[in-house]
This record gives sequence, C-alpha cells and structure tokens, in this order.
Amino acid sequence: MQDLLYFSQQLINGLTIGSAYALIAIGYTMVYGIIGMINFAHGEIYMIGAYTALIAITGLTALGIAWLPLILIVALLCAMLVSSSMGWAVERIAYRPVRGRHRLIPLISAIGMSIFLQNYVHLAQGSRNVGFPALIEGGFNFSADGAFEMSLSYMQITIFVTTLVCMTALSLFISRSRTGRACRAVSQDLGMASLLGIDTNRIISATFIIGAALAAVAGLLLGMYYGSVDPLFGFIAGLKAFTAAVLGGIGSIPGAMLGGLILGVSESMTSGYLSGEYKDVVSFGLLILILLFKPTGLLGKPEVEKI
Amino acid sequence: MTANNYRHALFCAVVTLIISFPILGLNLEAKGVKITLTGAQTSTYIAIALAAVAVFVFQAFRDSFMGVLGKLPNLNPLAGREPMEQSKRVKLESWILTGIVVFALFWPFLVSRGSVDLATLVLIYIMLALGLNVVVGLAGLLDLGYVAFYAVGAYTFALLSQYTGISFWMALPIGALLAGVTGMILGFPVLRLRGDYLAIVTLGFGEIIRILLNNWTSLTGGPNGIGGIPEPTLFGMEFGRRVKEEGNTSFHETFGIAYSGEHKVIFLYLIALVLAVITALIIRRFMRMPVGRAWEALREDEIAARSLGLSRTAVKLSAFTIGAFFAGFAGTVFASKQGFISPESFVFLESAIILAIVVLGGMGSQLGVILAAIAVTILPELAREFSEYRMLIFGAAMVLMMVWRPQGLLPVRRIQITLKKQE
Amino acid sequence: MLDVQNLSMRFGGLLAVDGVSLDVQEREIVSIIGPNGAGKTTVFNCLSGFYKPTGGKVIFEGKEIQGTPDYKISRRGMVRTFQHVRLFTQMTVVENLLVAQHRHLNTNMLAGLFGTPNYKEREQSALDRAAYWLERVGLLDLANRDAGNLAYGQQRRLEIARCMVTEPKLLMLDEPAAGLNPAETKELNQLIVSLKEDYNVSVVLIEHDMSLVMDISDRINVINQGKPLASGTPEEIRHNDDVIKAYLGEA
Repeated sequence: MQDLLYFSQQLINGLTIGSAYALIAIGYTMVYGIIGMINFAHGEIYMIGAYTALIAITGLTALGIAWLPLILIVALLCAMLVSSSMGWAVERIAYRPVRGRHRLIPLISAIGMSIFLQNYVHLAQGSRNVGFPALIEGGFNFSADGAFEMSLSYMQITIFVTTLVCMTALSLFISRSRTGRACRAVSQDLGMASLLGIDTNRIISATFIIGAALAAVAGLLLGMYYGSVDPLFGFIAGLKAFTAAVLGGIGSIPGAMLGGLILGVSESMTSGYLSGEYKDVVSFGLLILILLFKPTGLLGKPEVEKI
Repeated sequence: MTANNYRHALFCAVVTLIISFPILGLNLEAKGVKITLTGAQTSTYIAIALAAVAVFVFQAFRDSFMGVLGKLPNLNPLAGREPMEQSKRVKLESWILTGIVVFALFWPFLVSRGSVDLATLVLIYIMLALGLNVVVGLAGLLDLGYVAFYAVGAYTFALLSQYTGISFWMALPIGALLAGVTGMILGFPVLRLRGDYLAIVTLGFGEIIRILLNNWTSLTGGPNGIGGIPEPTLFGMEFGRRVKEEGNTSFHETFGIAYSGEHKVIFLYLIALVLAVITALIIRRFMRMPVGRAWEALREDEIAARSLGLSRTAVKLSAFTIGAFFAGFAGTVFASKQGFISPESFVFLESAIILAIVVLGGMGSQLGVILAAIAVTILPELAREFSEYRMLIFGAAMVLMMVWRPQGLLPVRRIQITLKKQE
Repeated sequence: MLDVQNLSMRFGGLLAVDGVSLDVQEREIVSIIGPNGAGKTTVFNCLSGFYKPTGGKVIFEGKEIQGTPDYKISRRGMVRTFQHVRLFTQMTVVENLLVAQHRHLNTNMLAGLFGTPNYKEREQSALDRAAYWLERVGLLDLANRDAGNLAYGQQRRLEIARCMVTEPKLLMLDEPAAGLNPAETKELNQLIVSLKEDYNVSVVLIEHDMSLVMDISDRINVINQGKPLASGTPEEIRHNDDVIKAYLGEA
C-alpha cells in the first residue's frame, strides 16, 4: 500500500509537470510543422510569460485587490499578451528575414534570440530568483496508516484542468476556424498554400502568437507550482518541452501532449526512485534515444528525403 | 502613405510598448519574503517611449526610408574599388596572420601580468573557436555541446594529475586524444541526424556530461571541482617559488634570476600561443587536403557528395573527432592555467560564446575567427559597463549577422590552384 | 553490365515504380523516357542507392547491388547526375572535381599533414585529371571560379565532368538537356556520344528532349505510370502505337 501510494504520488507529480511541458511543446511543434525550424527562443517566451504574470500578480496585490479569480485571470491575460507580442516580434525580427535559407541560419538566429531575451530579462529584473506566491494552496491528502501521505494539491488540479481546456480550445480552433484550416494547409505545403491565396506570413505569425500564448499559460502555472522564477527558468524547460515535442512526433499536436506526459512521468519517476539530480539526464537520454531510433516520434509522419 | 501603413506602424509601436514596458519598467524586488514592485528610473521610461516612437516612424515611412537608402551613394569607401585579386588576398591574409603571431611573441614582455593572463584566455578561445570552426564552419554540423569536449580535456588532466601525478606535457596529448575519442563515440550514432536535430542532441550530450561532472562527486569532486592542477614545466624546470616535485629544478634558480610570478604567466602564455599556432596550421593544412574538401562538399550538398562516393558518416565523424580533439587540447591548457576546474566552467553559455565567435568571424575563415575571438574576449574586459551587456550584445549580434551577413564579417577566401593544360 | 529485373518501389500506398526491367551493355546508350511523373527519377534513385527498392533486383557487373548504400554504388563505378544541378556551389570548379576524386586520393590524414611523396603524387594526378576534363568541357579558364557563379549550361557540363573524373563505367544522366538552348543541347549530344565512343562509358539517360533521345540512344525504354510500356531501338519506339498514345500523342 505504501509503495502504491508513493508510486501514485510520483505519477501525479509527473503528469502535472508533463501537462505543463505539453503546453510549451505546442509552440515548438506548431512552428516546426509550418516552417521547419526549431524556435530555440521559445523557452524564453515562456520565461517572460512567467515574469509578466508575477509582475501582474504583485501589482494587483499592491493595489489591494484580493479576489483570487480576478488576480489569476488578469495575470493570465497580461502574460499571454506580453508573450504573444514577444513571439510575434521575434518572428518578424529574427526569423522572417532568414526564412528559406540554409537550415543552420535560422537556428543560429534563434539561439542568438534566446541568449538576447535571457539577458534582456536578466538586466531588467536581476539574475536572482524571485519568489512566486503560492496563490492556490491546499489539496486532498490520502494516507494509509499515516506513514506516507499522498497528496493531490489544488494547484495540480488547476494545472491539469487548465491544460485540458487549452488543448481542447486549440484542437477546436485548428479544426473549425478559418485560420486553423489555413494553418493546416500551410503546414502541408507552404508554397501551394500561398499560391492558393492564403497569406502565409499571417498564418506563420498566428502560429507564433498561439504558441507563445500557450507558453505564457504554462509560465503562470509552473511559476506558481515551483514557487520562483529566474531568467534561466526557460532554458531547461524549453529543452524539455522540445524533447516532449520530438518524443510525440514533431509537427503533431496530440503528439506534443502525449510526449509531454511521458516525459513528465519518466522525470518524476527518476526523481522519486533514483535521484533528482539525474532527472535531466533521463530526459536528454530519452531525447537522444528517440532521435536515434524513431526520429519521427510516436505520432509523427515519416519524412521522405527529397532528391 | 496609406492608412494601412499607419495602422501597421501603430501596431508595431504598441507591440514595442507591450514587450518592453512590463519587463523593463516594473521591477520585482524581494524584501524579505514579500515581493514588491518598484518603478524603474525615469530614463528607462523615456527610452521605452523613444523606442516606440522610433518604431512607429520607421514603420510608417519604411518605404521612403528604403527608397532613400537605395539612392544614397554607397557609403562604403572600398565599394568602388576593384576587388583585390584572389591570390593577392590570400597572401595578404597570410601576412596579417604572421604579423599577429610575431607581435604576439614579443608583446607579453611589455605589458602587465593581468593582460598576459587575459591574452592566454584569448588564445584558449582561439583554439576552441578554430576547432569548432571545423565542425560548424567547414563541415556544417551545428554542435551545441562543444564545451563537453573542452571539459573532457580539462578533467582528464585534472584527474590524471590528482591520481597519477602526470605532468602537463604528458596530459596534453592524452587529454586531446581522449576528447577526440569521446567525440567519435558520441558522434557515431548521432551524425545520421539532420542538422537541427544534431544541434539539439549535441546540446543534450553537453548537458549530460556537465550533470555527470556535477554529481559524480566521488570522482570529480562535484560542484567543488578539482584543484592543485600543476603548471607546465620547461625541461623539468618549475616556475613556482619552491620546487614541488622531486627531481625538478626551478626556473629562476637555474638562470640565477630573481623569482617573479610573471615568468609563469608569460610561459603559460607562450605555450598557449604555440599551441594556438599549431592548431591553426594543422587546420589550415586540413582545409587543403581531401578530408577538408570532403567536409565542405558535405556541407554544400550532402546528396551530391554521397553520389560521388563520399561516406557521409566517415566524413562527418572525422570533422567531429578533429573538432573535439582541439577542444581537448584547449581544455588541458585551461586546466593548467586555472589550476582549478569545476563544472561551472563548462556550461552551455560557454558553447554559445564559442559559437558566437565562429559565427561572427565568418564560418570557415581562420583570420576572421581569430579576430572575432580577440574581440569577443577582450571587449568586455576593456569596458566594464560593457561586460554587463556582453551576452545581450552577443545574442543581438548573432541574430543580426544571420540576417545581414551570414557569411560572417570576413568570409572565406577560396584557395586558388593553378592547373597545367593537359595534352 | 547492368541488369535490372522487375524493379519496384512503393511509398506508403503509392506504387511509384512497378516491375521495371532494363539492361545496359558495355558501350551503349540506353534511354528511359516517359511522361512527367512516370517514375523515371525514382528508378534512378533506386539504381544509385538513394532509395532502397521494395522489390526486384539490380545487378551490376554480376553482383546484386539493390540496397547497397549510395556511396558504395558510386565507388563501384556507377555515377549519376541530378535533374536539378547539384554542384558544391561555394567551392571552386577545380575543388568540385577534386572532391569527386576523393577515393583516388591518399586520404590518410597523417600522409596529408606531412605531405608524403605518395600523397603529393596522387594529388597531382587528380589535378591533372581535373585539368584534362575541364579542358574537355571547355571550363579550364574558369577553374578557380566558384561553381555557383557559372552560367547554367556551364554548370551542367561541370556536373558531367565531375562524374567523369571518378572514371565511371556507367554514367547515369538525369535530364541533362533540361534548360539548355538548342546549340548547347547539340554540344551535349556530341559530348555524350564521345563519352561512349572515346572513353568506353555506358550511359543511362533520362530525357524529355525527344530529338536528343532519338539521335543518340542505342535503345530506349518507355515507362508510364511506373510500369514498363515498351522497349526497343529508337526506330521501333517511334512506331510503337502505345508509346505514341501515351507519350508522343500527349505532347
């Protein structure tokens, strides 16, 4: 019983982190699906989302607003607004001018952008980590003979539910809306879509905006969950989310979800049964193995080499 | 000026405000457990406003700006001149390189100890950048975990000296070879991957090696690192005040001169200089050899290269191994210079800096890479205020370079070959 | 020397090549023609090892080579060009030819670093061979230009020279005349015939330009929608009703 509870606890922790990874992974997977580049700066967009949310929360509290749902919603909207603007601007400045050039050029540009944004926040907000108030406290506890207590916090439930809502909304958007249809067309064949009169630049911008907005949601959620943010907050999370995207099959949205959950669970299991120090090794190892043995990921489509 | 133009300009200006105001203008400050928001200095707000106005004006009058720019007589004073003949250019480059080396030989005797120490670091970066240039610039493989091989070189020396008391001169080839072998082992499975996946996988490898160094405390000392790494000796002469190892003599006693800490620093600098020159010469030679041409061919068009009988794996692996080899070289020198190493010195940022050097220098060009290494390492030291903004500027520079001059500040000059007419 | 039996290639649900057979004798020019999308280039990709065929046999000089990696096939003396010219654009013209001779060179790194006599000798003979072929295709004066700066027709010729310096036994040309003007096409014609006559190379040719194919081919294979339609001498093909319907009639 003890063991089962302990295992379940790891599973819950893993699924929590994993669903947040999935939210970030959407940004990687959509951008890759459409223009075939790794948006290396996406982790920084997520970090900026977390910072903005914290700034909004602090500001609202200072103004004397104490009603929690209002604080959360305003913080969420602020974070989404700033992150998506950033995502839009990054694409315009650093990616659009180099689109279509040799594969390494956009990637190096993206790495430069990532370094720039990290240091932008570092210079403006300092390098120390800042505490994130735990706004959602408490939860359910289960225990067997009181020795080990398994807990499912309200925070964790919030993360699950929010992710679920976001994913459903995204799927509906992609499958039903005009822009969503255009997105799918562009990711099938960019050249053909533009011949058919789709404004591909707008669709690419939209992709960056959607990805950044979801990353901002993840920023707020994980900021609260971890309890602090710092300028390096986005780097590792970005890599993890990228791993999740590749794991599920890059370009595939359900794949990103699946990849995020698998990655989150395998990480928390490593922390729980081996040592927290090695959880990054496990996720990078997973990434390497997937790329070596199944580069199309779990749900990805195979790519035929064009000659 | 259509209304559309103004709308777009207004939109861009608003976006500028949105992305700069909250992050720059509202600062989080931790006071005990409580966090408060404080405003930034007035100048920051003015700057944000100015930036928004500038973006608005630029976007609104973009077309006319571009038109005027196009009509302006070319401002580059060199633009009107005939391009220099290729062979002359190549010669000029060799002369500049030789000049730099000769100058570098005498320079340390004229300046302060701190400058020489810094110059040694520059040389280490030059070695690293030249090595990475083989991988990224010549072979076109983006390696984001290059620092891992640097770490292998440094830790090889540190560990061997700790456990077996090996000297610098023995450790130098061992460290480099071990780094090369590591490169080969790590490279073998991943080189099949497409360019951008390769980049991420190498980044992952780099992080894994760093995490291992951090956590394998019994061997590497973990975050505390390893100290007491010996300095190089000159034919058995040590540069310390007292001789540490039995059988060695000390430099100042042998020559009957007063002990000076500077001797050691200068000696290390000279070693680094010689090694950097050797690195440059070997790689220069590689570029004219079949293997160097194969690297570039694979970068230019992998499919064509394969159709002509080049084995993709063998060619890529050779680039990866040789790059790693020189990183190991540099790592050994670094360990010896610092006397102490810890995983802190081998973070991703370090890989990014080396990559920035290669990119700024013009991927493939040796002179460019050397000049970029000097600039990137020395500028932050010259201006303290600059050093705070160093990484910000590097990041921005990488983006700008890719957008405007992906071939780098000094692009590669092709080697010229004279052919005899065949009967 | 080349014998292809019942070759087929399937991509997912699409059977791009279905039961194609052809053979090439020593010193022979054999063409593959067919409408767009007939699967001609896919056949080439299978022969040269870029794709692993899903069925059938490819026998080159008595050995089955289907599924052998591309670079090994090329080392056996079966070298190809591409429908869209694939040069090493940022390398010079000579360097393009030197890369092609990689396997003839001394690639031992130490030999290269120290410049051993054997290394120098082989390097020189590679340069001589490069010079010979540049002269042959009229590019000797442009030897030190970047390949990407050549005119289109020159790039086409350089690509053929780059194959020839590898001293192939069988040359596979994928639409070599595409984008050339009539005068250039004529020159190309003579060059291909001369490769056969003077250098004893067999040629497999994919071409749209009917006049070129009819003039120089010894035999022609027609494929349509991945399936073999007809094969024979140019004269036979010219009068084959199926071919006229499927190919000539369409144009």
